[in-house]
Amino acid sequence: MLKLFNINKTFNAGTINEKKVLVNFDLHLHPEDFVTVIGGNGAGKSTMLNIIAGVHISDSGQVILDGQDITKDPEYVRAKNLGRVFQDPMMGTAADMGIEENLAMAYRRNKKRGLSWGISHEERVLYHEKLKILDLGLENRLKSKVGLLSGGQRQALTLLMATLQKPKLLLLDEHTAALDPKTARRVLQITEEIVTENKLTTLMVTHNMKDAIRYGNRLIMMNEGRIIYDVAGEEKRSLRVEDLLKKFESASGEAAANDRMILA
Amino acid sequence: MDNLSGIIMALQGAVSQGVLWGIMTLGLYITYKVLDYADLTVDGSFALGGAVSAILIVKGMNPYLTLIFSIVAGMMAGVVTGFLNTKLKIPAILAGILSMIALYSINIRIMGKPNVALLGEATVVTQIMNLTGLSNSVISLLLGILFAAVITGIMYWYFGTEIGCAIRATGNNEYMVRALGASTDQMKILGLLISNGLVALSGALVAQSQGYADVGMGTGTLVIGLASIIIGEVIFGKRFNFAYKLLSVVLGSAIYRMIIAIVLQMGLKSSDLKLLTAVIVAMALSIPVVKKKIAVR
Ligand SMILES: Nc1ncnc2c1ncn2[C@@H]1O[C@H](COP(=O)(O)OP(=O)(O)OP(=O)(O)O)[C@@H](O)[C@H]1O
Ligand SMILES: [Mg+2]
Repeated sequence: MLKLFNINKTFNAGTINEKKVLVNFDLHLHPEDFVTVIGGNGAGKSTMLNIIAGVHISDSGQVILDGQDITKDPEYVRAKNLGRVFQDPMMGTAADMGIEENLAMAYRRNKKRGLSWGISHEERVLYHEKLKILDLGLENRLKSKVGLLSGGQRQALTLLMATLQKPKLLLLDEHTAALDPKTARRVLQITEEIVTENKLTTLMVTHNMKDAIRYGNRLIMMNEGRIIYDVAGEEKRSLRVEDLLKKFESASGEAAANDRMILA
Repeated sequence: MDNLSGIIMALQGAVSQGVLWGIMTLGLYITYKVLDYADLTVDGSFALGGAVSAILIVKGMNPYLTLIFSIVAGMMAGVVTGFLNTKLKIPAILAGILSMIALYSINIRIMGKPNVALLGEATVVTQIMNLTGLSNSVISLLLGILFAAVITGIMYWYFGTEIGCAIRATGNNEYMVRALGASTDQMKILGLLISNGLVALSGALVAQSQGYADVGMGTGTLVIGLASIIIGEVIFGKRFNFAYKLLSVVLGSAIYRMIIAIVLQMGLKSSDLKLLTAVIVAMALSIPVVKKKIAVR
């Protein structure tokens, strides 16, 4: 479904701030893979997602999505096939627009925008139905400005928006990191429901090792721009947090104790 | 008594000018309020609209038809600014300044000299005057109201369409818009195009109403537009729907002209007006900061 071939990305090349973020990076996702991604700060996780999404263009290598080479497509063109949820709840929604207006923008992600009315009546019915499933009481507030919602509500809404038109790939970048633990759990629950029900191919970055083990069918660990551990199936299911910590320490040669990774 | 009738006369003229300039304010609303983009192109495109319309009238074109040419010219100016900003990554303010400066030369080229008088030419105003015998300021006012009402209606519709929603969202959260498959570059260029088309139309109507076009007639357009928007918002509140906001901005423009007329009657020199306007806008823009400071204490 997704193939990354030999991706290299260096920021500020040729300056003292030069930073090699991805090094000869390869990744191959099968259809309906739900992959969790862990790794220390600055390991290159967000950069990998940004290169898939076209926020950054890689220095070399190829990005193939569902057989199509999208390496050079601009961000908004690729977006037609991608669903994205960001760490910052502010980033995924337009605060000054209504819930239904945000959803209507998302509903047209892979369509051409023309001069028809921005929201149709049938859509409102659909949005009501979808919001009801979230069970956050948003279905009766279609006209409310999104800026009035809590962070958790906004992330749940963004998740719904990202998947309203089925994406070929769903990219989640620590989308629960800014939420309190209880809300984070609820949003993860919703995530799993949506991913399973729609059979979505998903990449989910998280700093929570327990979540990384609990969710998905495959787990990859990144360090300094490379994948240092890639595990799936039965082996992944039987993983424990201690195993991951050991892996991390032996690969990176440093104690994980100081890193945000341990905050499970 | 004499003084009072002088003020009333002045106010009448001020209101009709204000409504014609209000069409410019509607255009500016798109960049400043919808797209969150301070576009200085308008200083040039306002005069551009006037220049194009005036020279075509002198050459014998139907005055209504010249308005279309003015709009198209203004749209092209907006596209240039949009291109400088989005494709060449020149910061918004600077991109606008570049277009504005370039338009100064272009406008003189178009007119062949720094100004064109329309004395004795058929303008939309003189044509109606000959038919009805109404005064210039009454006709200007009626024309202004008609145009403002139609444009408000069209804008209300347009910004409710799929593409209009995408422009609004671009002013709100660019990341989201790109993630949802729309080009924010295209939306900005489109917004600038529509905006400067309206600004040029306003310039053309003002030129026809006052009977001349001048290369300096657009100086301060952005600041005057901001003052009008702010006055409209302060007096009529940020209430109700989009159409209400648009109309309050046109009224803001009329009120701005009335304030100017009154201070002129009180003895201020017309060359002081730019300073006055700058002070009004600076004060209005600083209100949020001052409010916060007071709240902190
Ligand atoms: N636009 C940029 N310009 C310069 N350097 C950048 C840029 N984006 C990321 N970096 C650097 O690249 C490195 C990898 O960043 P990235 O955001 O991919 O890490 P991450 O694995 O997502 O980390 P975190 O867990 O903190 O989110 C970091 O050192 C970061 O400072
Ligand atoms: Mg990150």
